[in-house]
Amino acid sequence: MADRKNWGMVAEFDNPARLLEAAQKVREAGYQKFEVWSPFPIHGMDDAMGLGGSKVPWITLLGGLTGLTIGFTLQWWSGSIAYPIVIGGKPLFAWQFGLPVMFELTILLSAFGTVFGMFGLNKLPRPYHPLDKIKRFKKATDDAFFLSIEAADAKFDLGGSKALLEKLGGKHVTLVEE
Amino acid sequence: MAQSMNDTIFPPPLVEGGHSFGSITDAVCRIVEEKPTVGWLAAFGVANIGALMLLVSIAWLIWEGTGIWGLNNPVGWGWAIVNFVFWVGIGHAGTLISAILFLFRQKWRTAINRFAEAMTIFAVICALVFPGIHVGRIWAAYWMLPLPNQMGMWPNFRSPLLWDVFAVSTYFTVSLLFWYVGLVPDMATLRDRAKNKIAFWAYGMLSLGWRGANRHWSNYERAYLLLAALATPLVLSVHTIVSFDFAVSIIPGWHTTIFPPYFVAGAIFSGFAMVLTLAVPSRKIFGLEDFITVRHIENMNKIILVTGTMVGYAYAMEFFIAWYSASPYEGFAFVNRAFGPYSWAYWIMVSCNVITPQFFWFKKIRTNVTMTFILSIFVNIGMWFERFVITMSLHRDYLPSSWDYYAPTIWDMTTFIGSFGLFFTLFLLFLKFLPAVAIAEVKGVLPQADPHWEGYHAHHAEEASHG
Repeated sequence: MADRKNWGMVAEFDNPARLLEAAQKVREAGYQKFEVWSPFPIHGMDDAMGLGGSKVPWITLLGGLTGLTIGFTLQWWSGSIAYPIVIGGKPLFAWQFGLPVMFELTILLSAFGTVFGMFGLNKLPRPYHPLDKIKRFKKATDDAFFLSIEAADAKFDLGGSKALLEKLGGKHVTLVEE
Repeated sequence: MAQSMNDTIFPPPLVEGGHSFGSITDAVCRIVEEKPTVGWLAAFGVANIGALMLLVSIAWLIWEGTGIWGLNNPVGWGWAIVNFVFWVGIGHAGTLISAILFLFRQKWRTAINRFAEAMTIFAVICALVFPGIHVGRIWAAYWMLPLPNQMGMWPNFRSPLLWDVFAVSTYFTVSLLFWYVGLVPDMATLRDRAKNKIAFWAYGMLSLGWRGANRHWSNYERAYLLLAALATPLVLSVHTIVSFDFAVSIIPGWHTTIFPPYFVAGAIFSGFAMVLTLAVPSRKIFGLEDFITVRHIENMNKIILVTGTMVGYAYAMEFFIAWYSASPYEGFAFVNRAFGPYSWAYWIMVSCNVITPQFFWFKKIRTNVTMTFILSIFVNIGMWFERFVITMSLHRDYLPSSWDYYAPTIWDMTTFIGSFGLFFTLFLLFLKFLPAVAIAEVKGVLPQADPHWEGYHAHHAEEASHG
């Protein structure tokens, strides 16, 4: 048991305002591998943590273009190459009648891209996390606000990080094992 | 006057009863965690009987064929299409609340969106039953899908019925994804409160290990916005394409360009009525009055008033165009609707859809919960009759010798009533096992969720002066 590695350190904060301030200060202190945990998204937290924009829209776009291509190709190929039958004197393919299906498939694959892209970027599902061992942390989905710093961060040091979190108003500062 | 001005400038709070973050969690999770009440069990029992009735009706239909329904030669589409359009239309309010009101930053939607989205999904399930079973040869139902097969056949993409297959199945899938994404943080809350292993594992699996990391919230919020932006044109397209099922044909009374906007307005109208029919009793039974407030009910009633008036305008415009087109068939179809054998249905439709919503001009009625419930039932009935009236245009076609009168059989009725059984079975299961109010979202609209809330600054200044 002695060779158990530290995952990092976690502290609890009173409210969203304190958490936002702490995130800002922790970033200014030069930490990079830190994370905040809250029961709802906090306005302005992305900027406080220095996060860039989300990459989800690119995956959405990719999904949408794929859907559009499939919608067009499927209707054109099945109607005029694979199974050409004249029905009601209509042409074998025309983009006008193809629009509804192209539109629906664009939306469908965009939505797949958005949802699965979001879970993928978040590396979910993730059944286990070192923080699960901390009993108080269960409140992160209820009414508590946490900030954690990973031991893998270059600036992490047991005494210094703990002092910083406590100075910022962090309560129950706890070491988390791997 | 001063009072009403004040109301406009400072609208009433979104959440009443002075809730904190923790008390919201408790109030919503309590419904799931407590033992089912006798009322719930009784309602679930009744709903199950209905669902069973649907199953028996479908089994008999598959065994015996569509001859068990009241279909006849000119009326080849009976209650199956009426019920299909009815249920799809109901679904639209859920998407309107979750997607369109989200894009318009209408924060009041957070209390009702979970609820309304669940209604959407269950309504679309009920809707999908009807085209699924009315194909006659049920074992060939997969021909609707573009699946490679040994016959070398492909579906006919020139047909609006096939567009409908794509529209409704896309609508169902996207609504389900939207609902699920919204549920993930709330199911994580239930997981973290779970008292037993089964609940812990079930909610744990479903919430995918969500823990509320801000890097996750960042992607999550962007994904939610994108889904709303995708669902908005989607919901408008779905009822547009449903209306194409009628409008692209050459039947008098159907072949009109007003159908797409008229169907969409009607769908939102009927859907909001159904949201109210469900929300008014549920908020009472589960004690959710602090979240689904009179303000929410009033806002929804306003939407019913607007869309109901649009529907009334469309009814009038249909008649005008029928006359203005100078087509004798078109003119006959409308005169026959209002004064022919189905005039009783036509006037039920007009009374319920055009007259009923006009009561909501009065604030007293808009903010009266009982009146809202009663009027919402009338709208539900009226909108079912609207689809019935439209479908019954078939009964007197171009050739008088083939005219006939359509009447439903007992099996039409059991199938329709049974679909309500299926709907309420699913809805009651949802109320019992999933959070009926979006917990994380409601917390997000509390004033203290804003890190710049003045309460924090006062608190801060006080601490600074002490220290």
